[in-house]
Amino acid sequence: MLHIVNKSPYERNSLEACLRLAQPGSALLLIEDGVYAATRGSAAEAGLKDAMARLKVYALKPDLEARGVAGRVLDGIQLVDYGGFVELACEQPNCQSWL
Amino acid sequence: MGVTKKFMFVNRKAPYGTIYALEGLEVVLISAAFDQDVSLAFVDDGVYQLVKGQQTKGIEAKNFSPAYRALEGYDIEKLYVEREALERRGLSEEDLLVDIQVLSSGELAELMASQDVVISF
Repeated sequence: MLHIVNKSPYERNSLEACLRLAQPGSALLLIEDGVYAATRGSAAEAGLKDAMARLKVYALKPDLEARGVAGRVLDGIQLVDYGGFVELACEQPNCQSWL
Repeated sequence: MGVTKKFMFVNRKAPYGTIYALEGLEVVLISAAFDQDVSLAFVDDGVYQLVKGQQTKGIEAKNFSPAYRALEGYDIEKLYVEREALERRGLSEEDLLVDIQVLSSGELAELMASQDVVISF
C-alpha cells in the first residue's frame, strides 16, 4: 500500500492517523503541506523517525522546494519527483490518500 | 479623512497548500490603500509563509513570498511572529525572509487584544 499524506502535521491529524494505521512494509509519500513533516528539528520529527523503522518514507521534492524546506529534510527520507510519484503508485498494489 | 483603526491580520496557514495565505496577502495590500494602522501576525503554520528560499517552479504556482518584503513600501512595517510557532517547526528568525519582531504567545495575545479589528486567514 502507498499512503499519501498532503496535510501539515500541525493543522490536521492525517499523518497521525496514517502512521497509526499503516502496516509495516508500506510506503508513505508526503506531498503538498504534508512535506513539512519531513523537516528536521520540528515537533513532527520524532513520530516520523519512529515510522521510518517500519515504513519506507518518500517526500515530493517540488513541494519541498516550493516551501523553502528542501535543505531541511530528515536523513533517510527519499526525495522523488512527479515521475517517481507515478512509479511508486504503479509498483504498489494499492494506495490511500489521507485527506 | 476617516477614523484610523488598528487592524491586525492573523496568518495561520501554510502557503500553496491552500489559497488562504495568498488571499490574506492580497487583503493586506488592499488595506494599505486606506491609511489604517495595520499589523500582521504570523502564528501556527502561518510562519511557513515567511520561510526563505521558496522556489515554486516545480509546482507551477506563483511564488508570492517576495511580496512580504515589499510590504515596507506600503508602510506596513508591523510584522510579528510567535516564537512558540517557530520553535515547534524547528525554525528560527534567521530562516525568515523579512525583518520581523519575534514575540512570545503572551506578548502576541496582548497585542491582539489591543486591536480594533482582527481579521484571520
